[in-house]
Amino acid sequence: MDAIHLEYDVDGKNFVSAGSATESVKAQLKGLGINPADVRRVAIAMYEGEINMVIHANGGKAMVDIFMDKVIVKLIDTGKGIPDIEQAMKPGFSTADEDVRNLGFGAGMGLPNMKKYADECIIESEVGKGTTVTLITNFS
Amino acid sequence: MEELKSRHIVTLDYEKCKGCVTCMKRCPTEAIRVRDGKASVLYDRCIGCGECVRLCPHNAKIPSYDRFEIINDYKYKIALPAPSLYGQFNNLDDVNYVLSGLKKLGFDDIYEVGKGAELNSLVAQILLGRGNLKKPIISTACPVIQELISIRFSNLKENILPLLAPVDIAAKLARERAIRRGIKPSDIGVFFISPCPAKVFALKTGMNVSSPSVDGVLAVSDIYMRLLGEMKKIEYPENLSRMGVLGLQWASSGGEAAGVNRSKYLAADGIENVISILEAIENDTLLDIEFVELNACNGGCVGGVLNVENPYVAKARIRQLRIKFPQISSSLAETGKSLDFYSFEKSSEEVDANALDEDRGAAFKKLLEIQKMLATLPQNDCGRCGAPSCKAFCEDVVMGRVAADAKCPCINEK
Repeated sequence: MDAIHLEYDVDGKNFVSAGSATESVKAQLKGLGINPADVRRVAIAMYEGEINMVIHANGGKAMVDIFMDKVIVKLIDTGKGIPDIEQAMKPGFSTADEDVRNLGFGAGMGLPNMKKYADECIIESEVGKGTTVTLITNFS
Repeated sequence: MEELKSRHIVTLDYEKCKGCVTCMKRCPTEAIRVRDGKASVLYDRCIGCGECVRLCPHNAKIPSYDRFEIINDYKYKIALPAPSLYGQFNNLDDVNYVLSGLKKLGFDDIYEVGKGAELNSLVAQILLGRGNLKKPIISTACPVIQELISIRFSNLKENILPLLAPVDIAAKLARERAIRRGIKPSDIGVFFISPCPAKVFALKTGMNVSSPSVDGVLAVSDIYMRLLGEMKKIEYPENLSRMGVLGLQWASSGGEAAGVNRSKYLAADGIENVISILEAIENDTLLDIEFVELNACNGGCVGGVLNVENPYVAKARIRQLRIKFPQISSSLAETGKSLDFYSFEKSSEEVDANALDEDRGAAFKKLLEIQKMLATLPQNDCGRCGAPSCKAFCEDVVMGRVAADAKCPCINEK
C-alpha cells in the first residue's frame, strides 16, 4: 500500500509557528486511530526536530511518510551542519545562542530527546551543507 | 428534569439562520457544517464551548437551559449561584442583595457555588501537597476542557485533577443540608444558575458524578431581569453569603489556579489558547508547570455566553467586591467529609471523535483518499461547499457525510 506523504515548510526564526507541522502530523495520526502513546512519542521527537531547524538552520523542510505500521519523519535543512554528531547527542550540549536560551529553548535536550522517543534516529550532516534527521517510530 | 442525553447543548433557530459560515469557520473542533443553507452540528465532535452562540450574527444559535418555571415542580427549592453572577450587576456593594433577591424569586435556600469552589481548592491543596499526581495537573472545573481532552487529547486523561466541580460539591452539600432540616428528599429541587451551556450539558449528563447532582440548570440571562426586579425592592438584605475571596476569585481566569497555593501554575482562557496549551503539554514542551487552569471562555466563567455583562466589566466588578469578603470562609472540618466526597465518582467515557475508522487498515485507506482528493482542491478553505476547510470537505466525502460525488463549488465554476 502507498504511504501517506505529507510535506511541510518550517519557517526559520519563527518560534511562534514552530510546531505547526508536528501538530498537523499529530492530527493525521489520531485520525488513523494510532495508540495515543505512540502519537505522543512521534510528537515529542518531531517537535524537537522542528525547533532545532528553527534555532540552528533558519528553517527547512519536514517530509513525513505514514505507513500502516510506522511513521518516518525526515527533517531536512540546509543550515551550517553538525561538526561532531557524537558530541551533539550528549544531553545538555548546546550551541544555541543567548537569545534562543532566553526564550527557553536550546537546553541541549533536542537530539537526546529525539533519540529517546523515536525508535530510530538517524542523523546525517555535512558542515556547511546541512543536516537531515530521520526519525522512525513504529506503532504498537 | 428534562433529559439531555446527547450533546445537544445548542439548537438552531431555522428562521434566523442565514446560512452564513461564521460559526462553521470558527468552531474549534470543526463540528459545524452548513448544508442546504442552514448550520448543523456534528454532535459527537461538539465540546459545548459556546463559540457558535457567541459569534452568530443573527442570534440563530440557541443554547440549552431549563425554563425558570421548572423550579415550581419542587416544594423546597435551592439556588446555587455561580461566583460569576456577582459580576453582572452595576453598583453592587453587597452580594446579599443578589442572594436575598433569589429568595424573593421563590428559592427556599441558597448555597453559593463559590463555597464549593473553596472546598475544591482546599482539597486540591492537599492532593498537590502529596505530590503523587501526574504533572502538569489539569483542572477540569470548566467542563469543555474535559470534553476536549476526551475527544482530542486522550493522552492527557491522566493529568486531569480528579476533583468534582464546585457546583457538584455545592449541590451535594446543599441537598444534605435540606435533608438534615427534615425536608423529604423528593421535595428538594436543586438548581444551578449557570453562566454557560457547557455546564448545562455536564450537569444534566452527570459528568464525573454517579447521578446528576442538580435537578435543573437555569441561565443567568433568563433570570436576570426578574432577579433585578426583586433586588430593587429589598431594603435590608438578609445576611446569606458564606464564602470568601478564595471562592469568589474562581469567577475569572487565574482565580482557581491562585487557590491551589503553588507558584508554578499557568492559567489560560479562550478556546484557541486552551488548545495550544494542551498541544504543548502533549508535546512535552510545557516544562516547570505544576498546575494548569484552563477555561474555554475568554476571561474565564465571567465570559460564559449565558451571562449578560461583558466579561471584562464583570471581572473588574468582582475584583472590586473582593474587599467585602473574608479571605477564606470554609474549612474541610466544617463539612466533615472525607476526600472521597470531593472526588470523581466515575471515570469519563472515552469518545474517539478523531479516528476515521475503528480498523486501522480502513482508516489508512480513508486517509490516503482524503490526501489524494485534497491535492486536487484549491485549499482556500472558503467554506462555500458547507465544510469549514477543504480537508474537512474531503473527510465528509470519504466518511459519507455528503454524497460521494459532491463537488467543490470553486472547481465547478472553472
